[in-house]
Amino acid sequence: MSDTTDGQVLTTQDGKPLKAALANALRREKLRSLMLIAPLLIFVLITFVAPIADMLFRSVENGIVADTLPKTVVVLKEWDSGSGETPDEEVYAALYDDLVVAVDNKTHTRLGSRLNYEESGISSLFRKTGRRIKRMDEAGPFKDQFLAADKKWGDVETWQVLQRYSPRLTPGYFLNSFDAHQTAEGIELKPADQRIYMFLFGRTLFLSIVITVSCLLLGYPIAYLLAALPLRTSNLLMILVLLPFWTSLLVRTSAWKVLLQQQGVINDFLVWTGLIGDASRLVMINNQTGTIIAMTHILLPFMILPLYSVMKTISPSYVRAAKSLGANDWTAFWRVYFPQSVPGIGAGAVLVFILSIGYYITPELVGGTSGIFISNRIAYHISSSLNWGLAAALGTLLLVAVLMLFIVYDRIVGIDNVKLG
Amino acid sequence: MKLKTVILAGTALAFAGSSALATDLTLVSWGGAYQASQKNAYTDPYTAENPDITVIWDESSAEAVAKLRAMNEAGNITWDLVDVVASDAIRLCDEGLAMEINPDTDLDAAPDGTPASEDFGDLLVSECFIPQIVYSTTFGYRSDVEEWGGKEPTEICDIFDLETFPGKRSLEKRPINNVEWALLCDGVPKEEVYNVLETEEGQARAFAKLDTIKDNVVWWSAGAETPQLLADKEVVIGSTYNGRLFALIEEQKQPVKMLWDAQVFDLDGWIIPAGLPEDRLAEVKKLVKYATDTQRLADQAKYISYGPARKSSAPLVGKHATLGIDMAPHMPTDPNNAKNTFLYNYEWWADYRDDIDAKFQAWLSQ
Repeated sequence: MSDTTDGQVLTTQDGKPLKAALANALRREKLRSLMLIAPLLIFVLITFVAPIADMLFRSVENGIVADTLPKTVVVLKEWDSGSGETPDEEVYAALYDDLVVAVDNKTHTRLGSRLNYEESGISSLFRKTGRRIKRMDEAGPFKDQFLAADKKWGDVETWQVLQRYSPRLTPGYFLNSFDAHQTAEGIELKPADQRIYMFLFGRTLFLSIVITVSCLLLGYPIAYLLAALPLRTSNLLMILVLLPFWTSLLVRTSAWKVLLQQQGVINDFLVWTGLIGDASRLVMINNQTGTIIAMTHILLPFMILPLYSVMKTISPSYVRAAKSLGANDWTAFWRVYFPQSVPGIGAGAVLVFILSIGYYITPELVGGTSGIFISNRIAYHISSSLNWGLAAALGTLLLVAVLMLFIVYDRIVGIDNVKLG
Repeated sequence: MKLKTVILAGTALAFAGSSALATDLTLVSWGGAYQASQKNAYTDPYTAENPDITVIWDESSAEAVAKLRAMNEAGNITWDLVDVVASDAIRLCDEGLAMEINPDTDLDAAPDGTPASEDFGDLLVSECFIPQIVYSTTFGYRSDVEEWGGKEPTEICDIFDLETFPGKRSLEKRPINNVEWALLCDGVPKEEVYNVLETEEGQARAFAKLDTIKDNVVWWSAGAETPQLLADKEVVIGSTYNGRLFALIEEQKQPVKMLWDAQVFDLDGWIIPAGLPEDRLAEVKKLVKYATDTQRLADQAKYISYGPARKSSAPLVGKHATLGIDMAPHMPTDPNNAKNTFLYNYEWWADYRDDIDAKFQAWLSQ
């Protein structure tokens, strides 16, 4: 090093420039470490990122109309949906050609159930027409034959739906998630008796906040005790916290049913003590109260554990010092102890909130009608109505809502302030 | 080295042996007493006759539609025969996820030679559907309610009569059946129900009728909930599947009685997933032919109070396998029970389900 002069390039022993050799070695090292984490990276990509990306895409994907009725879609583009007239013979002829192929491939009923999400009755329209298509006269005229098969083919609305959902990408599912729909006049809110999703989103957020706050109120003193008591007692207490954590979720939820129902343990006890009359038993389950109680209990460990691990690191000498300097118990706690436990509160609150916002099984069992979450509707659309596009759109909105709250949280509290121990 | 060769050869032999000798068939059903009745009546005798067949049960019928769609998209069908309700069978058929069958060639004729298509008759509601049982959704009520002063509900509209029959009711958390009952009790003739329900006013009328008891309803989503609620005295009347009530009354001896009025008939049966490989399909078809013949369907009624889907099975229904009571009077199809039945309109619900369900959910959350 010391004998280098300006303009002379440093080389390694085999004559390569030192800089390049160093970069090479570094790159090799990076590659090696990348290879080490490759299994995990690939695993995360395949099992986490890819499914989420796929789900996000499903919420706008709408290739089925163009794939099933390729000719119709092209000629229908020319049709003026505002004219109030049904399309002309050319469109019906294209529909005939497409449906003959679709019926052979048995894809027409699939398209029918897709479009039925937008307009009731299209499902049976396609099923019925599919049965009749073989008997139609190949020479035409097709319009009359289609009208004879089902008079719905003469409705402007049917064709409007078909035209509106012709493109391969659709905002329809997202509009639906916002309780809106496309009409001939543009985007409108649905009639009041069909609006449900925005309301459910609101309720999910509200109940999640209530559950997070009640977890915090109940969990904070317990975590404090756990951190403050001598090890032997606190270990015993810790087992009491963890025991329910290890018990099956369904068992705990069913146990709450037994406790809270109108002929249940708590009501029986209250009636026995004479606090309430037999006729005025409390309704504590199959409503919001039930959901809040059961979910607070189930999610409590997720609040206590991060709180505990943070409180464990707070040295008792700080509080002692504060007291020796003249602070009373409350001031010592509020000004000295509490600020140090905030990272634990942050971690616990984020954990409980995010878990509860996507919770599904407990609200389903104890929520009745007023205590169910948006996730229950998502589950319904995945497993029952098969409207996966709508489920994907609702899921995407939920994901966006969580991310946005996360950003807000970061702005207010700061994500660096979250500590799990 | 030698050991390795032996192990490899052994494994290869085992694989060859298993594929040549034994076939695993995965059957999907609902679990519980119902699946047990299928095992007792269909598959146990079948595997006894065909020792090379192994039947594996999967209790996923409740999520069958979604799972079959996912399997289809993944291109790997792991189920061979799936038990679903008729409305799900129609949907699976529409989606191209279930295989179409020809009743007369794929299913056995009745002992007297009647072809299967006639023996099952109207119950073949979809090209893909192989009916097994007729069940009904009906009401059970507690027979020991003091407030009723000795009266007992005798007709469907007593559900809506809070003055004579006060107390909580349990209804299913979905519009199907509930809106029909509401309209029937609002004075709509039976044959008009679906025409009325097709209109906005008709739907509003149904919800208005349900509004009259809304505060007194516990909504259930699993068939086991109503029996539990009745046993716990949480509700005094509740709807559920008739087989569940049979178990509550006859097996658990609870003070509960059946209300056989405007009971809604529904069907349950098999579908064969589309896209099975040839060899597995052949085995499945053999099993289905056996499991849905006249005797097998009648045998099932020994274990559970659901009516066999074949007309020819009805006279063969005997006594309960363990309780020893006659099963015929407990069948939803028994003439005494089926005096006033309601037929569930599958095609109509396939069209209007999404629409009315959205309205129903909005109504529930108000």
